[in-house]
Amino acid sequence: MKIEVRLFATFRNGRGKKVFIEMDDPTPIKLLEEIGIQRDDVAILLINGRDGLFDQTLQEEDYLSVFPPVGGG
Amino acid sequence: MELVNQAEGGNLMYGYNGKYLRINLKTKEVKVETLDLDIAKKFIGGRGLGTKFMMDEVSPKIDALSPENKLMVVTGPLTGTATPTGGRYMVVTKSPLTGTIASSNSGGFFGAELKFAGYDMVIFEEKSDEPVYISIQDDKVELKSAKHLWGKLVGEVTDELQSEYGAKSKVLTIGPAGEKLSKLAAIMNCKDRAAGRSGVGAVMGSKNLKAIVVKGSNKVGIKDPEALKVLFKDHVGKIRANGVTGEGLPTYGTAVLVNIINENGVYPFKNFQSAYDQNADDISGESMKEKYLVKNTACYRCPIACGRWCKVDGEEMAGPEYETLWAFGSDCGINDLKEVILANHWCNELGLDTISAGTTLAAAMELRELDLVKADEIDGEPLEFGNAKSIVEWTKKMAYREGFGDKLAEGSYRLTEMYGRPDLSMSVKKQELPAYDPRGIQGQGLQYATSNRGGCHVRGYLISPEILGLPEKLDKFALEGKAFWAKAFQDLTASIDSLGLCLFTSFALGADEYAEMVNAVCGTDHTGDSIFEAGERIWNIEKMFNLESGVAPSEDKLPKRLLEEEIPDGPSKGWVHKLDELLPEYYSLRGWTVGGIPTDERLDKLGLK
Repeated sequence: MKIEVRLFATFRNGRGKKVFIEMDDPTPIKLLEEIGIQRDDVAILLINGRDGLFDQTLQEEDYLSVFPPVGGG
Repeated sequence: MELVNQAEGGNLMYGYNGKYLRINLKTKEVKVETLDLDIAKKFIGGRGLGTKFMMDEVSPKIDALSPENKLMVVTGPLTGTATPTGGRYMVVTKSPLTGTIASSNSGGFFGAELKFAGYDMVIFEEKSDEPVYISIQDDKVELKSAKHLWGKLVGEVTDELQSEYGAKSKVLTIGPAGEKLSKLAAIMNCKDRAAGRSGVGAVMGSKNLKAIVVKGSNKVGIKDPEALKVLFKDHVGKIRANGVTGEGLPTYGTAVLVNIINENGVYPFKNFQSAYDQNADDISGESMKEKYLVKNTACYRCPIACGRWCKVDGEEMAGPEYETLWAFGSDCGINDLKEVILANHWCNELGLDTISAGTTLAAAMELRELDLVKADEIDGEPLEFGNAKSIVEWTKKMAYREGFGDKLAEGSYRLTEMYGRPDLSMSVKKQELPAYDPRGIQGQGLQYATSNRGGCHVRGYLISPEILGLPEKLDKFALEGKAFWAKAFQDLTASIDSLGLCLFTSFALGADEYAEMVNAVCGTDHTGDSIFEAGERIWNIEKMFNLESGVAPSEDKLPKRLLEEEIPDGPSKGWVHKLDELLPEYYSLRGWTVGGIPTDERLDKLGLK
């Protein structure tokens, strides 16, 4: 299945705002490996806008959003 | 030899100068008074010390815009010291917007300069019969006519006073909004830093006080300079190593939150009608960096430098914070970043609180959408969701009280009340809520409802654990434990605000580090626990002021929309805020009655009886 990965802040450098990755049994950890983002660099991981887990299997039409450590307002 | 401040009698002072100015604007009398150090240490400084003085000297029942109100500009013991971000000050007074205690914090360089001039605070009393400004040059303190400055913009006033008193002098001033007594008026310093909230600028305007210009030549006394040097290196190291303070805030500013909060589905859209904006990225920190950012800016001794400096159509200006991008942007259904940057610029020049100004426009847009405000009342660009051309024009009219702008200048609560729908004001205690929808962030909602100055995120930033995962990640929808976290964040924040530091340090530092700093500077024996306890004392005295002013515990509430209308779409679809389930535990943890009133027992324990 094809999964949308939304990228923010410095994760956009050289990658753009979003990428689509074709993968069977996708998990955030596998998707991030595909686009060269280390697990330790991810501060906020959301699946469909809800707190997600690195080893959670995504379903059809799910989307992943990842942020490096940022924030404060 | 290092020149340090001495109080009367020649005792060497540490952290505090030990003296403050009391200026009666009616009689023109300027007095230098000695600070009671026992009181100072009990209430720390800034927000705590100012509130203690307000409690002792001002009846909470007075009209906030009457001469009986006092305006206090208060530094903390760490203001002007070699501590990271140690340059902040507080404006403490009674708020004309909320009727509660107002304490509005600002950075820049003004607070440190006031300390260098030899004063821990300035208390303004009564009202001048004509516009004046105050010049403070160490021991030389003068009231001067401000007739030539009245009506002028913040940038013009700052330039004129700096040309007269030197480029290194620091200027605090109100703009036209404060002169016109807008309940959304801020007090500005260093042109673009704001003691923004609760209408403190209107109190200054009501006293016919236009500005303060200060230049000092002393240094703040430090008890243990060697220890402070070691701590400074350690604390700055922690701030630089932290992802938020070391990379996120320097690179994108607070504006980076636009996408974070929107992706979480807790980003208020069109006056909180929804909590997700599909066009939010157009006004994000990432977009601002790509299109308009020129450089970062930093306040006094700040290693974070979250300030933005932008260029729009060839003109350079301060860039907007996250809250401003949201208030003038998504909350008004607008995704035109250039117009939002310009609206922010005009708020700085006119002296307006960007959060309340933007969200009051959003409330007006909803009144128009419902046709409660008729089209012919809008004597200018249509106030409609999505009309980017409207925000700069109406910001100016709000400040000058022109036409319909006269109603906007009263803030969203009074505006919507005029049309019979105060429930459309997204405010707590009449102060507009900031950029986080509490329906999807339950702890933040409890904090909003119980905040002593009304709708506010910086009285306890629960976004840190509930969204950012600092110091640990909490489930944002869960209720369990949130009362504890709300109280802890409120108490610690009260102490940080009183020390003279920036809240952003708390992403990287904790109560123990703050205790170390204040001990090295003042020679006190604070622990992490006593920092929390001082904060709790400050929280309780603020609450006592509010109760005596007539703000009942029943005002610890949220707008009806957030309690009853489910978020209609986005990742937090279906949620409402569950305040009733959180308040009892919160009051219990505070040691207050079930009705939300501090008990004698708790006040006694905190040394407030």
